[in-house]
Amino acid sequence: MKPILEAIDVRKAYANHVALSGVSLAIPEGSIFGLLGPNGAGKTSLIRIITQITGADEGEIRFRGERLNPGHIAQIGYLPEERGLYKKMKVGEQLLYLAQLRGLSRADATARIKQWLNRFEIKEWAGKNVEDLSKGMQQKVQFIATVLHEPSLIILDEPFSGFDPINANLIKDEILRLKQEGATIIFSTHRMESVEEMCDNIALINRSRKVLDGPIGVIRDQFKTNTYEVEGRGKLLVVHPDFEVVEQKERENGHFYARVQLHAGVRPNDLLRYLIGAVEVEAFREKIPSINEIFIRRVRETMPETLVEETT
Amino acid sequence: MASKFLLVAQREYLTRVRKRAFIVLTLAVPLLLAGFGVFIAKIASSDNESTDVVEVRDDSGLNVASRLVSTPQLRFEPATGTLAEAKKGFQKAKHDGLIYLPSGLDVENPVGVQFFGKGNISLKKQGAVENALNKAFSDLKMQKSGLSQEQLDRLRSKVDLQAISLDETGKEADSNALATSGTAYALALAIYLFIFIYGVQIMRGVGEEKSSRIMEVMLSSVKPFDLMMGKIMGIAAVGLTQFLLWGLLSFGASSVLVPLLAGRDKAKTEMATATPSATSASPDVSQSTSTKMDQAMSGTSKQGATVMTGRFKAFEILANLPIGTILFGFIIYFLGGYLLYGALFGAVGAAVDDQTDTQQFMFPITMPLILSYIVGVSVILRNPDGPVAFWMSMIPFTSPIAMVIRLPFGVPMWQLALSIFLLILGFIGTVWVAARIYRVGVLMYGKKVTYKELGKWMFYKG
Repeated sequence: MKPILEAIDVRKAYANHVALSGVSLAIPEGSIFGLLGPNGAGKTSLIRIITQITGADEGEIRFRGERLNPGHIAQIGYLPEERGLYKKMKVGEQLLYLAQLRGLSRADATARIKQWLNRFEIKEWAGKNVEDLSKGMQQKVQFIATVLHEPSLIILDEPFSGFDPINANLIKDEILRLKQEGATIIFSTHRMESVEEMCDNIALINRSRKVLDGPIGVIRDQFKTNTYEVEGRGKLLVVHPDFEVVEQKERENGHFYARVQLHAGVRPNDLLRYLIGAVEVEAFREKIPSINEIFIRRVRETMPETLVEETT
Repeated sequence: MASKFLLVAQREYLTRVRKRAFIVLTLAVPLLLAGFGVFIAKIASSDNESTDVVEVRDDSGLNVASRLVSTPQLRFEPATGTLAEAKKGFQKAKHDGLIYLPSGLDVENPVGVQFFGKGNISLKKQGAVENALNKAFSDLKMQKSGLSQEQLDRLRSKVDLQAISLDETGKEADSNALATSGTAYALALAIYLFIFIYGVQIMRGVGEEKSSRIMEVMLSSVKPFDLMMGKIMGIAAVGLTQFLLWGLLSFGASSVLVPLLAGRDKAKTEMATATPSATSASPDVSQSTSTKMDQAMSGTSKQGATVMTGRFKAFEILANLPIGTILFGFIIYFLGGYLLYGALFGAVGAAVDDQTDTQQFMFPITMPLILSYIVGVSVILRNPDGPVAFWMSMIPFTSPIAMVIRLPFGVPMWQLALSIFLLILGFIGTVWVAARIYRVGVLMYGKKVTYKELGKWMFYKG
C-alpha cells in the first residue's frame, strides 16, 4: 500500500544531544504503525517534527508524497504524552475551539462534538468545566479532541498510559473502528507489549537510530529461533541429535514445561513424533518472540555498545 | 495563519471577559472610585466650610478688635472677663483660639500680641490670624497718617494672577500648570497600570497553559508566534474593554452620585433657613442667625460660582493643550508599551515552570517600568524638557511613560518622531526575542532556567 507518511533521512540535534540521526520510515496508509523504543530514543522528537511543532535539521517528511507543510495540520490528529486541557474552560467550548484551530467550521465541529459526546456517554458534561470532570472523563475528552476533525493520520504518544483499563479498552475499540474507516494510526510507546497485538507495522528506534522496521509478521518470522514450547508428563531427554532442550522445568505431579530448539532442517512434526513416543504431550506450540525480545536481540546485534537497560 | 491568530485572541478575550471576577471588578471599581471621589469632596468641602472662631481680648486701647475682618473661614468675637477668665472661657465655648492684645501696644511696632490656641496651632490658622492682625494694624497706621476709611477701601485691590504661556508662534494660551501636569500624570498612570495589570495576566496565562500541559496540543495546531500574539492581543482587548467600561461607569456613577449628594446638602440648607424665620420668638437671635445664614449662603454660592468658572477654565485650558498630539501619542505609546512589555511578560511565563520562579525574571522587566514611572512623576513632570526627560523618552523601555508625561507640555516634532520610531524598533525586537524564548520555553519542563540558558534559546533553529 502507498505510504501516507514518509520520513527520509531525518536528523535533529539539540544543544546537548542528538535526537535523530538519519531516520527513514514509511508508514502505509490505513495501517496501525508502532513506533517503538525506550524512553529517550527519539520517538517524541520524530513526532514533533511530523506534527510541525519543531522542524528537522536535515531530511524531509512527505505526507502523501507532498513535502510536509502547514496545510497538512488539518489532516493530522495528535494525542501527546503530556495530556492537558484548559481547566477553566467548558468541555463543549474547548472541543469547539480545538476543532476550529484544526480548520473545522463551527457548524461541522458542533455537530461532531455532539455525536462524540453521545458515543462516549458524556453528553451531560458538555457544559461543565474541565476541572470538574473525573480523570477518566478528561481522558475521553482529550481523545475526542484528537480525532474530532477526522484526521487521516492519528498519532498517539504513549496511548494507554494514564488511561484506566476500562477507558483503555474503549479507546482501543475506537482506534480499531477509525482504522476500519480508513485512518492511519501511529502508536508511539516504550511499553512494546501494550500495542504489539494491534500493530500491523513497526519501527524500532534506539538512541536516535532506527534499528529495525517492517510488517510485524515478517519481523517475527525473521526472528523466530525454531523453538517450541512443550508441556506434558514425564521427562525429556536432554541430549538428542535433532534438537536441544534449552530449558526444562519440573512441576508438581510429574508435569513439566520445556523449551526445545530444533536444529537446522528438523521440522516440528519430527519433534512431535519423538515427543509422542517419549512423554504424554499436553501442549505444543511455537515460541513466538515478543517485540521486546526482538528489540533487545537486535540492539545486541547492531549496537552492542549501547546495551539497553531494562525496557519495561 | 491569520484566522488562527484571531481564534486564539477570541478565546483569550471571551474566557476572561466572562469570568465572574472580571464582571465584579469592572462594576466595583467605578463605584469605589465614585465613592472615593465623593468622600474626598466631602472632606475638602468640610475643611473649607468649617469656620474657626477666635476670641479677642483687646487691652491695647487702640480698638484693634473692631478692625479685625471676619472671613468665612475665620470669625472674630470679643472675649469676656479678665484674661485668665477668657483663657478658660474660649475653651469652654469650644472656640478655636484667643488673641490677647496687651495694654500699651505701640502701633508702629506692635510687639507682645499673643495667640492662645487649643492644642497645637496649625501654620495655616496662625497665618490667617497674622494676616488679619497685619491688615488691622496697617489700617490703623494709614488712618493715623490721615486717610479716611473710604479712601482706604478704594486703595485696596484684589489681584488674581492669570498665567499665560506664549508658544513659538507667539500665540497666547492660558497655561495652567496644574491642568497640564494633571493630564500628564493621569496618562502616565493609565499606561503604567495597564502594562502592569495586563502584562502579568499574559504571564499567568502562558504559565497556566504550560502547567495544564495543553501546550503541545496547541502547538501542533498553531504556530508559537500566533499563539503568543493571539494571547497578547486578546488580553489587550480585555484591558481596553475594562478601561472603557471603567471610564463610562465612573462617569455615569459620578454624574448620578454627585448631584444626589449635592441635592441633599441643598435641601439641608433650605431647611435651616426656613426654621428661624418661622419661629421668630426672639427677634434678636433670629436676626443674627439669618444674617449668619445669609453670610454662609452667599459664601457658598460665591464658592459655587468660582468652582463653576474654575471648571470652565479647566476645560478651556484642557482644550488649549495639544489634544490631537496627546491623543495620537497616547494611543501609540499605550499600544507600543503594552506590546513591548507584554511580549516580555509572555516570555517569562514561557521560560519558567513554576509561578514562584518568575521572580528572578520579573525584576529586570518591571524595573525600567517602575523607574520610568517614579522618575517620570518626580523629575520629568517638573522639568519636561530636561536631559533626563529627553533620554528617557527616547529609550523604548521608558519612553511609553516618559514621553506621555512630556506630551501635554509640548514636544518638538522630531523628538516625537524619533521616539516613536525607536519604540517600534524596540517592540519588534522584544517580540522577536520573546517569540524565540517562548517557542523553546513552552515545551521545556522540569528545568530550572538561567539567563545563560535563555541566551542559548535565541539561537536555536526552528
